[in-house]
Amino acid sequence: MAEFLSLESAIAAHVHDGDMVALEGFTHLIPFAAGHEIIRQGRRDLTLVRLTPDLICDQLIGAGCARKLVFSWGGNPGVGSLHRFRDAVENEWPRALELDEHTHAGLTNRFVAGASGLPFAVLRAYAGTDVAGYSPTVATVTCPFTGEVLAAVAALRPDVTIIHAQQADRAGNVRLWGITGVQKESVLAASRSIVTVEEIVDEFRDDRNAVILPSWTVSAIAHVPGGCHPSYAAGYSDRDNEYYEAWDDLSRDRDTFENWLAQHVYDQRSLR
Amino acid sequence: MSEFSTDEIMTIAASRELSGARSCFVGIGLPSIAANLARSLHAPGLVLVYESGTVGAKPSRLPLSIGDGELASTADVVVSVPEIFNYWLQPGRIDVGMLGAAQVDRFANLNTTVIGTYGQPTVRLPGAGGAPEIATACPRSIVVMRQSRRTFVDRLDFVTTIGFGDGAGARTRLGMPGAGPRVLISDLGIYRPDPETCEMTLTSLHAGTTVSQVRDATGWDLAVSADLVETAAPTEEELVFLRRLKTASSAKATD
Repeated sequence: MAEFLSLESAIAAHVHDGDMVALEGFTHLIPFAAGHEIIRQGRRDLTLVRLTPDLICDQLIGAGCARKLVFSWGGNPGVGSLHRFRDAVENEWPRALELDEHTHAGLTNRFVAGASGLPFAVLRAYAGTDVAGYSPTVATVTCPFTGEVLAAVAALRPDVTIIHAQQADRAGNVRLWGITGVQKESVLAASRSIVTVEEIVDEFRDDRNAVILPSWTVSAIAHVPGGCHPSYAAGYSDRDNEYYEAWDDLSRDRDTFENWLAQHVYDQRSLR
Repeated sequence: MSEFSTDEIMTIAASRELSGARSCFVGIGLPSIAANLARSLHAPGLVLVYESGTVGAKPSRLPLSIGDGELASTADVVVSVPEIFNYWLQPGRIDVGMLGAAQVDRFANLNTTVIGTYGQPTVRLPGAGGAPEIATACPRSIVVMRQSRRTFVDRLDFVTTIGFGDGAGARTRLGMPGAGPRVLISDLGIYRPDPETCEMTLTSLHAGTTVSQVRDATGWDLAVSADLVETAAPTEEELVFLRRLKTASSAKATD
């Protein structure tokens, strides 16, 4: 059953050095506060997993938390580059970053296989591209019924998946809606999971066909209103597009980034 | 006729290609601008599909990201990411894919991964995203990108997305169900695949551009159609709608 914890305790209990950590949320509901707590607790050698690394992985990579990144599109949406990610790949700063990169459909299906308890997933993708050649988790498989050669992608089973959701109820069930990305699959694929939520409610009042993660599929819940800023939570906040645009300058230069990190991450411990 | 920029005629030419399409899988940046312009003008019923799972989005201003709240709140339906790729894109339900890239070659293969070598890139680009499957599954695709010797190259630094592979027959050999790129549109001209060889061939020049200028901006020995025409100039209406869209955008330069 999900345990209600402070964010600090949830990260301390469930995220360890060397873990594979998926932080999901497709543009919407990105668990930024949890990412910052991982940085504050000084976790190292993590394998980060995210379809779109977005600013959250840029921050974790720049802070030196990551050894490896599993991803499928590493840009600042509509703005340009992720400069900390680029600095790590191009110049090994602050350390070298190993990559396992996919297409969105490929990485998505790796989560689907993990959630399904299967060793791999099948899709029609990667043929003829260099993407397949550089990833150890892409191969081909022949359909036993038609003979068609298809792509196989290895199941992904994170040690821990972290997401942000709109609501939990008092029993620890989790509800999220709007753009729901690959959150359900990434939680079900993982050994442990942490969900930060905007609000804790007595009971869910609407229809139950928004994504629901029953309490027994979640390890820890932390009440962190605004915990997905500068991304957003439909019904609670809007995407802070100006922040995404400002990140281009904040992150371009190492010193500016480290100042940002000191002010906006390390010095914020007392707020949580 | 108003003055117009080369970027404007590129975007407008791309939007015209969506006339008659039912649905379009849209990437952010130039494709999103062109698709939204098409929905305002050339294809009012066009279903815009973004990889965030928003199907039938009707944004009133250009989104900065493929997951802006405006896309979800105006969509006919919002589905999960596994569902958008597995149930909607992969079976070929979306008519047209519209893509951009950092590099393109003569067979409209695309690079969005690295400039330089993979292990030691001089520029690390964002990577594949949804492009390879969009180019695989959509019955047809449209590529929109600015043209120079750096972007129209003889050999891609990295093959992220297949257009026509190494030429005629490659898509069939690779098991790719869609027909491939129908058109490549740059700020200098319009290219269509040769029916025999699949090589992208210059078929239309934008006003004020010469063939020799285009050759100078192309990294391979460019094929030029015997029936080369000039791209129809943007109409007043197209320019007004495009500028209104961009003014209403929450984004700055969106590429």
